[in-house]
Amino acid sequence: MKGNEAVGEAAIKAGCLCYFAYPITPQTETPEYLAKRMEEENLIFLQAESEVAAINMVFGASAAGVRVMTSSSSPGISLKQEGISYIAGGELPCVIINVVRGGPGLGNIEAAQGDYFQSTRGGGHGDYRCIVLTPNCVQECYDMVMNAFDLADYYRVPVIIQSDGIIGQLVEPFDMHPYKPIFEKFPPKNWALTGCAGRKPNVVRTLYLNPPNGLEMHNRKLEERYKKIHSELRWSETYNCDDAEIVVVAYGATSRIAKSAIKQHNSNGVKVGLFRPKTLWPWPDVELVEIARKNKGVKFLVIEMSMGQMLEDVLLSLMDVVPKKDILFYGMGGGWNPTPDGVYEKISEITKK
Amino acid sequence: MNIIKAQPKSITTDSTKYCPGCGHGIILRLIGEVVDELGIRERMILTAPVGCAVVIYDYMFCDVVECAHGRAPAVGTAIKRVHPDKFILIYQGDGDLAAIGTAEIIHAANRGENMSVIFVNNATYGMTGGQMAPTTLIGQKTTTSPSGRTIKGMGKPIRVCELLATLEETKYLERTSVNSVRNINKTKAAIRKVFQNQLNGIGFSLVEILSMCPVGWKLPPTEAVQFIEEQMLSYFPLGVYKDTE
Repeated sequence: MKGNEAVGEAAIKAGCLCYFAYPITPQTETPEYLAKRMEEENLIFLQAESEVAAINMVFGASAAGVRVMTSSSSPGISLKQEGISYIAGGELPCVIINVVRGGPGLGNIEAAQGDYFQSTRGGGHGDYRCIVLTPNCVQECYDMVMNAFDLADYYRVPVIIQSDGIIGQLVEPFDMHPYKPIFEKFPPKNWALTGCAGRKPNVVRTLYLNPPNGLEMHNRKLEERYKKIHSELRWSETYNCDDAEIVVVAYGATSRIAKSAIKQHNSNGVKVGLFRPKTLWPWPDVELVEIARKNKGVKFLVIEMSMGQMLEDVLLSLMDVVPKKDILFYGMGGGWNPTPDGVYEKISEITKK
Repeated sequence: MNIIKAQPKSITTDSTKYCPGCGHGIILRLIGEVVDELGIRERMILTAPVGCAVVIYDYMFCDVVECAHGRAPAVGTAIKRVHPDKFILIYQGDGDLAAIGTAEIIHAANRGENMSVIFVNNATYGMTGGQMAPTTLIGQKTTTSPSGRTIKGMGKPIRVCELLATLEETKYLERTSVNSVRNINKTKAAIRKVFQNQLNGIGFSLVEILSMCPVGWKLPPTEAVQFIEEQMLSYFPLGVYKDTE
């Protein structure tokens, strides 16, 4: 099963009632898979007239109180940003899959990581954050989609799965285990629109007139929630970082490519490790700083399929503990991936200095 | 003193933020009356548009979702799919429905979503202060067509009922007006029909209501009523454009 199909199956298992689709390469396997499976399961599948309509359908279904998902790739995610801003402002949970391809514009249909800023800095207008999970294998595509529904409902925020063209198209075996929620209890959806029989009317809104008490209070509330998420949810993984002199920072497909090169160096006795963020927001800054503090004089090599976006988070989180000259970057920006040989060479250049 | 007609129970307020002479207040009242008569307040979910009616949740005593500009038919589609037993009312103005949300309304209509749509056509963008709308008449002066709308470069006003009538899955389309007591009564009947159709599972039903915007048109309320009679009705003829029952 492809990563994009695992995403679909995980959604069904996690109790996703609605999915709103629009075709775009390299994510179309997800709508194709769900068109068939959701019909079998008697769930709600709808191919929308546009990405804009699809995300607004997500907004509606979420406001109606059910688990809902949409998926797309970079240009389509750009179109969804208006809706994502409203979903964040309206404090609605939902899951959004971005199988990132090359950009800007139509770019190409190869894997890329140029949407990091868009995912982690908001993307749409206004002061909001989305939780961003990033898988690097089919198993994680499956697991993280389930996690995403839980996190969305628990925190009442949109959750983005930032996959890429490689991970989405990748076929590999994985454990299709049953859904097990990561929280014991979820807050009740007593805000949902179900008709006001026996209760006061519910209103899902994003307009807060009458400053300063309206919007300022609303944004303060969101800020508190984002702080809570940052304190509770920084996911990352390390590989051979304990006594590493060089730590490669990479996520998604790039982290797998980097790991191949790291293993090769390790077998030659070079002390290189890998730090892989699994949440791009909240960024695992505390964990990265800890490595820098423990490994005196360590150098960092940031590898991305972009011209340097996650690099900014690495620089920001390490600014007080690592000299800027010790944070190096290797990126490919054209919707094409670095090779293990290329990464191996980059690491060699650092060790030779 | 005898009360001849009380305020509808589904309306929460006796004062709105609508300008004097605006048609939205009349339409709100008619919706409230029909909702009360049909007894659907507690199963109703209303979509608020972007425009003058955005704070309709301050006036209507029911569940409301405030939508992005033009997107209500997409939002409503999802809510109706999730809650097919609930009553979904889509309330949109002309900028919302006939400009920025053209794709959403056409495709919701084409899919035959079982929803009720109230389309308020006042030939201008009211909330932002009287700019040219897709329904602005030829020659009509607005802040963004200061010399008057011309066909060349700006096109002709869009006739929404006639446009949607070409889609085979639309079930009921009627254009009414609120510029006279007679027309207000006809509008109420049309709203009732459009609501009843959803309750009976008939399918996509819309009433386009020609409505006054004295402030946007820069006319006194009395002349705004005449503007509909003398200027709008010839281009936007009243009547039923589709009734498939």
